[in-house]
Amino acid sequence: MNNFKTLFLLIFGLFSVALFASPEEDLQKFRDYFENRFPETEFSDYKNGVYSIDLSSREQWESIEDFPPYEINIEQGEELFNTPFKNGNNYASCFENDGIGIRQNYPYFDENRGEVITLELAINECRKNNGEKPYSYYKGGPMADLSAYMASTSSGKIFDVEIPNDDRAFDAYEEGKRLYFTKVGQLNFSCADCHVYQTGSKLRADIPSPAIGHPTHFPVYRSSAGRLVSLHERFAGCLNRVRAKPFKAQGEEYRNLEFFISYMSNGLEINGPGSRK
Amino acid sequence: MFKLRVMKAFSIILVIFTLGYVPLTLGDVVTEGKSLTFDRKKGNCLACHAIEDGELAGNNGPPLIAMKARFPDREVLFNQIWDPTANNPNSYMPPFGKHGVITREEINKIIEYLYTL
Ligand code: HEC
Ligand code: HEC
Repeated sequence: MNNFKTLFLLIFGLFSVALFASPEEDLQKFRDYFENRFPETEFSDYKNGVYSIDLSSREQWESIEDFPPYEINIEQGEELFNTPFKNGNNYASCFENDGIGIRQNYPYFDENRGEVITLELAINECRKNNGEKPYSYYKGGPMADLSAYMASTSSGKIFDVEIPNDDRAFDAYEEGKRLYFTKVGQLNFSCADCHVYQTGSKLRADIPSPAIGHPTHFPVYRSSAGRLVSLHERFAGCLNRVRAKPFKAQGEEYRNLEFFISYMSNGLEINGPGSRK
Repeated sequence: MFKLRVMKAFSIILVIFTLGYVPLTLGDVVTEGKSLTFDRKKGNCLACHAIEDGELAGNNGPPLIAMKARFPDREVLFNQIWDPTANNPNSYMPPFGKHGVITREEINKIIEYLYTL
């Protein structure tokens, strides 16, 4: 009887792993991996990207954050956000809770449309629905300022990206994950090569940050660029670096990628915008 | 004064030209191999390997030292640079030759340099 029970449990166990190899399990694996890899780092600190594991550069970064270079962008973003469209509507009318404190719920999978909606895509759709021209997703400017402002109103909220019980949502997640783990480009790297396996090791003077906690602090003011850089521009930067052809900002590939890495950041605080070198 | 400068420039050009026609000696190959090894657009081996006189070296690959002793078989070394994924499909090291980042001749020059380490 006892043996029978054990056998049953074993088979059921294996069966459930195979059948429900789920995003939840991926998330647990990621967290466990980083916990083993960087036992000194508190889970909550992964929101600080590379500074959660590289103490040598952290002090300098903290002193930059004392006088944040993106302060002006938040102010400009707030002004844009509060300026009504020509038709009299405003951004607040397009979002839950009037658009305040909602960054942690993006991206989400829209079950009516069957695709991943990011915050920046939603900002442009709000504009279009109100008869305004969409903003560019590149090179900072009003889109980045709005995104920075909306992140700032969500400061301290906990990332909470859901994958609804819908095959298409699961597929979008899987697509993002596949891109994350596929070696690409002339130099043959996957995102995971740098941000999972070699996290913390040195590539000349650069240390790739851990794969959890990436979207929490975007957009990011990069001193090397002298402006805000969006998450999708950053993806493109890393792909260029390995001599792979980048995708279009807000195209399906990057939205799925953002879906995957944002799910991997669940449980971490929003602290965007941030600053980086 | 001006004439002298022109003459000087002329003779420098002449020297460069003649040197250009002298076939490459092993010393030159090693020098070229070294610059290919360090050049960020070519080998950029320093991104991952500590190498003598290399500044800001990365540390995810093993230090490139005692190369002759560790790689007596030149082909093994060549293959590691041509396509490390043949040995280890998950290798973090780029398949420099296979993906056309550097040529066969360039790899051979790099190897001459590595054998001095
Ligand atoms: C060859 C190594 C390498 C590869 C491959 C790579 N990255 Fe990066 N990435 C870096 C380095 C180095 C940085 C700068 C240091 C850091 O992580 O903040 C960086 C930065 C980032 C950042 C910004 C982190 C922050 O806190 O500001 C994101 C997001 C990112 N990478 C995502 C990706 C994604 C997604 C891919 C694959 C499409 C990828 N990277 C591929 C090395 C790499
Ligand atoms: C992005 C990282 C990276 C770059 C760039 C790189 N390597 Fe490597 N290299 C590695 C890693 C990691 C290993 C460990 C073995 C493996 O994974 O193939 C390695 C292994 C080696 C080995 C075998 C060493 C041993 O002790 O077994 C040699 C030789 C070598 N690399 C030479 C080079 C040369 C020459 C270049 C430049 C043309 C270069 N590497 C560029 C990461 C790199």
